[in-house]
Amino acid sequence: METLIVNTLLSLMVVAVVVLARTRNLFAVIVLFGLYSFLMATVMVALDAVDVAMTEAAVGAGISTVLMLGALHLCRSEEAKPAHKPWLPLAVTAATGLVLVYGTLELPAFSDPAAPIHTHVAPRYLEDGPRETGIPNVVTAVLASYRGFDTLGETTVVFTAGAGIIALLRRRRRNSRDGT
Amino acid sequence: MSLFSHFDYWVMIFLAMAGLFIVIARGNLIKKLVGLGIFQTSVYLLYLAPGKIVGGTAPIIDAAFKVYSNPLPHVLILTAIVVGVATLALGLALVVRIREAYGTIEEDELLRHEAPDAGGESRP
Repeated sequence: METLIVNTLLSLMVVAVVVLARTRNLFAVIVLFGLYSFLMATVMVALDAVDVAMTEAAVGAGISTVLMLGALHLCRSEEAKPAHKPWLPLAVTAATGLVLVYGTLELPAFSDPAAPIHTHVAPRYLEDGPRETGIPNVVTAVLASYRGFDTLGETTVVFTAGAGIIALLRRRRRNSRDGT
Repeated sequence: MSLFSHFDYWVMIFLAMAGLFIVIARGNLIKKLVGLGIFQTSVYLLYLAPGKIVGGTAPIIDAAFKVYSNPLPHVLILTAIVVGVATLALGLALVVRIREAYGTIEEDELLRHEAPDAGGESRP
């Protein structure tokens, strides 16, 4: 039953992406991307990744969509009709995809409890994590306790991106002031 | 190996390749960023799907449950989502600047703009 739910949601995501690739109106593209992100968040709930699902719904579907709509407002653009049929990119992506599918054939099946991912590092965190950190949610325990420095590094990335955006958009304001 | 045992991998590959296709084949810069976002989210799926165990529950420890999904991919992907939105915002800021400098965000027109012999007079 769980597998059926996951597979249905995954199929819906495929449909959303196919429609998205064929749509030329950018507003519709961005709304479809938001829909795709919400479907992804739902898949994450079905995959028992509740913390990630919350973040994806808030950040992926919420903030990303708002940022894209803001950029679209500033650009006021419609995608131009492509000059020629994209046969070469289609061939390249299809070939890459086939090679990747060939690579998955040896991978463990979906939800195989004997897969290496479930037998090596994770049990240690699941068994000792709550006792060592006092936090029942293992994701929080790893994120904030065991791997706190990684999260600090992540904040640095976000800070750098923010500084870059301010540098780019500040120049723009100064230019428009000079122009008038 | 049945169809459904590897269906999640194949959907992930399809989504990644669709994102790659949009990045390569579509000329509009905002559409390219959407393609990049699709590629990125497909990688979330690649990490999260193998961590699931059917019949298990989210990794919040409680005496009532025995089987949990793997928490480590969740931690990695939490970081990836936040970094992803930061890079997307930076990309969009660049697109806005490009639009202000060149008046267009279509790749073909931008390349024509950048070509050394650009301008009407040198072309027939």
